[in-house]
Amino acid sequence: MKQGITLKVNGIVEEVYIEPWWTLSRVLREELGLVGTKEGCGNGFCGSCTVLIDGKAVKSCLYLAMKARGKAIMTIEGLQGKDGGLHPLQEAFVEHFAVQCGYCTAGMIMAAKAMLDEGTDRSEEELRIGLGGNVCRCTGYAKIVEAISACAKEMGEGR
Amino acid sequence: MRFKYLEPQTIDEAVSLLFTYQDRAKVIAGGTDLLNQIRLKRTKPEYVVDICYLPDLEYIKYDAAGQLSIGALTTIRSLELSKELKGRHPVLAQAASLLGSMAIRNVGTLGGNLCHASPSAETAPALIALGAGVKVVGPAGERTVELEKFFTGPGQTALQRGELLLEIQVPPLPPGTKGVYLKHSSRGTVNPALVGVAAIVAMDGKRCREIKLALGAVASTPMRAKKAEEILRGEEIDDALVEKAAQAASDESRPITDVRASADYRKEMVKVFTRYAFRNAIVH
Repeated sequence: MKQGITLKVNGIVEEVYIEPWWTLSRVLREELGLVGTKEGCGNGFCGSCTVLIDGKAVKSCLYLAMKARGKAIMTIEGLQGKDGGLHPLQEAFVEHFAVQCGYCTAGMIMAAKAMLDEGTDRSEEELRIGLGGNVCRCTGYAKIVEAISACAKEMGEGR
Repeated sequence: MRFKYLEPQTIDEAVSLLFTYQDRAKVIAGGTDLLNQIRLKRTKPEYVVDICYLPDLEYIKYDAAGQLSIGALTTIRSLELSKELKGRHPVLAQAASLLGSMAIRNVGTLGGNLCHASPSAETAPALIALGAGVKVVGPAGERTVELEKFFTGPGQTALQRGELLLEIQVPPLPPGTKGVYLKHSSRGTVNPALVGVAAIVAMDGKRCREIKLALGAVASTPMRAKKAEEILRGEEIDDALVEKAAQAASDESRPITDVRASADYRKEMVKVFTRYAFRNAIVH
């Protein structure tokens, strides 16, 4: 039986009626229309559904929406820069042509954000290990890593 | 996917639900493993019992004697990042860091990794080699089980009707003891181990005073490589002896062929990684 719960998504408190087995990715996409979050494999391997829960990267396809009650959820739609425009990571992805088909992009950016929020002083190897759970089937990793490295550097310099 | 979702608030309530529903119920902690199993139709629980609302099951602590206790709901990521664990039982922090991707480690729990009892459970070889035990609670009260005896088959554990894992207990590492866990897999840490080897070693000069070797993903459960240990224990170590022990570990492993690797390949890799693990442990 469906039940009403409230979820805090991108700072907004949303009321949704859900079945208890619905995953967070399903609720975000189909109940809240936040289709920036993609579901690729549905098995936790591809990372395209990555969102932040209380600041930590989580695969929303393997996370029950019920468990997200009382937590702060952030999706790609919630990202923004200081002036309300694009977040520096989004800008870096545009600048460095790090988007091809785009399916992995939201997950890549959210995983990268979780990493850079913990510290911007990252070697390329650390970034690549941190992105280990995110697959780009266009194989555009070089540009993605370039974009994130450049953004990490800029954020580290406080720009 | 379709189930009733239950949220016990006390351990007694959780035990009572598990006792009542038995095989019709599954415990969920992080859910990274269970939701996958349900999606892949390997299990079809009518009831999912969420234990995340039970109090005080998330901790990493040492007592005065140096015994380590870890609450069942402690995330793999907390183990990976714990400074105290890195200092006192680094092999466990290292094994945790090799489990899946960061987003999985943020959610998945140590209790879940053990209770799912995958033969390739990433934390199991290190914990077995460390001589860990688990504290479980059931209708008859609490008991402890040696981790080595906890796994009874793929996806099978010694947990009985109504029992719930509460805590993982690890004895102190004797002074001068080193540990290493090596994982061999495709796609870095993200895919499960094809072969996992944990070695806990204490040396007196060139003589191996004590050793425990545990293997993952090469039998129906994580296992000790006791024959290989016997070859090394108490002996002066040279290349030939290490080779002999690595061969023994390979011989006592019982891998299967699956989509990830053939049994023959796994046996060969047990030899290679046992050698690496032992050598790494003694030079560290």
